[in-house]
Amino acid sequence: MAAHKGIWVFLEARNGSLRDVSLQLIGEARRIADKRGTELTGILPGWKVESLARIAIECGCDQVFLVEDARLEFYTSRPFTKVMAALRWKYHPEVILFGASKNGRDLGGRLHAAIDTGLAADCVRFDVTEEGFLDMIRPAFGGKSLAHIHCEEHRPQMASARWNVFPMPKRDPARTGEVVRETVAFEDSDFDTRIVDFRATESHETRKIDDAKILVSGGFGLGDPKNFALLEEFASLLGGAVASSRKPVDLGWVPKALQVGQTGKTVRPDLYIAVGISGAVQHLAGMQEAAKIVAINNDPKAAIFEIADYGIVGDLFQVLPEAIRQLKAFKAQAGAALPREAAPEGRPSGA
Amino acid sequence: MMESAGKKGIRIVVCIKQVPKAQELQVDPVTKTLKRVGVPSEINPPDQNALEMALALREKHGGEIVVISMGPTSFDESLERAIAMGADRGFLVTDRNLGGSDTVPTALTLERAIEKVGQVDLVLCGEETTDASTGHVGPGIAGHMDIPQITYCSAVDLVDGRVRGVRMIEDGAETWEVPMPCVVTVDFGCNNPRQPTLTGKIRVKRGGLITHWSAADLGLEPSQIGLKGSPTIVAKVDTVQLPSRQGKIFEEEPAIAVSLLLESLRKDKVIP
Repeated sequence: MAAHKGIWVFLEARNGSLRDVSLQLIGEARRIADKRGTELTGILPGWKVESLARIAIECGCDQVFLVEDARLEFYTSRPFTKVMAALRWKYHPEVILFGASKNGRDLGGRLHAAIDTGLAADCVRFDVTEEGFLDMIRPAFGGKSLAHIHCEEHRPQMASARWNVFPMPKRDPARTGEVVRETVAFEDSDFDTRIVDFRATESHETRKIDDAKILVSGGFGLGDPKNFALLEEFASLLGGAVASSRKPVDLGWVPKALQVGQTGKTVRPDLYIAVGISGAVQHLAGMQEAAKIVAINNDPKAAIFEIADYGIVGDLFQVLPEAIRQLKAFKAQAGAALPREAAPEGRPSGA
Repeated sequence: MMESAGKKGIRIVVCIKQVPKAQELQVDPVTKTLKRVGVPSEINPPDQNALEMALALREKHGGEIVVISMGPTSFDESLERAIAMGADRGFLVTDRNLGGSDTVPTALTLERAIEKVGQVDLVLCGEETTDASTGHVGPGIAGHMDIPQITYCSAVDLVDGRVRGVRMIEDGAETWEVPMPCVVTVDFGCNNPRQPTLTGKIRVKRGGLITHWSAADLGLEPSQIGLKGSPTIVAKVDTVQLPSRQGKIFEEEPAIAVSLLLESLRKDKVIP
């Protein structure tokens, strides 16, 4: 066991850059590596990605193992698993961390069976125990508790980490580190997967949810897809974006990209306004860390009120139009009160 | 494997887990913990999507659907429901020694069961379970078997003896094509699982379609499964301390309630 050394992070390259989740993980893994007094190594399989290895070093890696092959340009399960497994047996790291992207989970899940070790999913925090084990902390029971997962007797200790839980590390151009080229002996059968098509999601909505400081989220209580227009108007007056609970997504009212909750996105906006959402634990898991939560629901017993800072018990079809009216009135007033040059034509919302 | 299944189409295994019904899970307002006692169970919802996908594939290409689960004998309920929905037969791996298994022995056990069923062309799993939410078992089975995998699939079809699956990832939909046998994990919510049929229920009633296997039947040693065979342990569980909320509820008529709300939010500096 003592022979296992070093913290590794799988670096996921996509369309010429490293995924946010990989960068975020470098920051957290750096902290763990320092705590363990060991090195942080990035594992970067891909094609023409050497510049990304430099970025990983500037973000906190001590070294990067670079495996370049034209057939690794796009992620597929078998060859990427082979890269990780081959390097694992060559260098014996004590920890391997993955970003919990779809590809990261695909890879981690396959690898842990292939190399017979444990894998904790979707961690939101890491620590080191007194005995020196990696403390892998993940939400359990729909986010109501945190489970500490340990892997005491198998190596490496492996975990995936959730997206947007850890901050982006600052790039330090002065940081130095080594890029080590590694080769892996592939067989033709490793490349039996062909990617025959890719259709990009129209991502504006997805980005909006991730970045928005204010989210107005609609649930089954909206009753009809066209009522999401009310939410759109409300959200845009607040400078926010529209999200959804699971039911409207299941019913096809809104795209899956808008879904907040255990099977959707985890969000941490400054303000989360839940409209017509009852507050199933699976939904709460995705939004309970918002700085402020507002609930608008006609059922005073709805679970969402339990975690709300403010609530309005009432018919959303009365409350929303009223809120829209008052916000418009407030803006008009604020706009009128400003000196002309501060509120140019067409941009009256300078307040 | 394809030749052996031959003209009769493909043999599909669907792995299912029985989980507490998600919408029944409520937080106890007093203890702030999940109420789990007396909660009815169901087939893990993503596994229902996997089963529906299997049924649609069989309708198009012919073949056989075998459902496999692992757990206590009460899981027969889910296998019965799967058969009532249209699956041909089911196997339950049930053994005291399996208790406490993490994803490594779970994937290993399911893999052994799939091998014992034999001549399997396609293994379908839900993308993850709603109670443990790891998503590791499907890829784990593929890893143990060293066969291809396509995860997070919203649609699959067979094209020239290969499996073509549309894989839903963060920035779009990738179409992967892999040879059989392979493992496909199914995107949660990608289809509407059908209800059990009367004929299906009658087939269940007649019995004889579900077989129980022990770990030993699959050649598994006690050291390979359960807590002993699991690399990970849950060292402890913390209750999440959520930020304490003010919990101010406005019950006035809408115009006043809205005005009070907006005023509070402005005071908190969360809206302009």
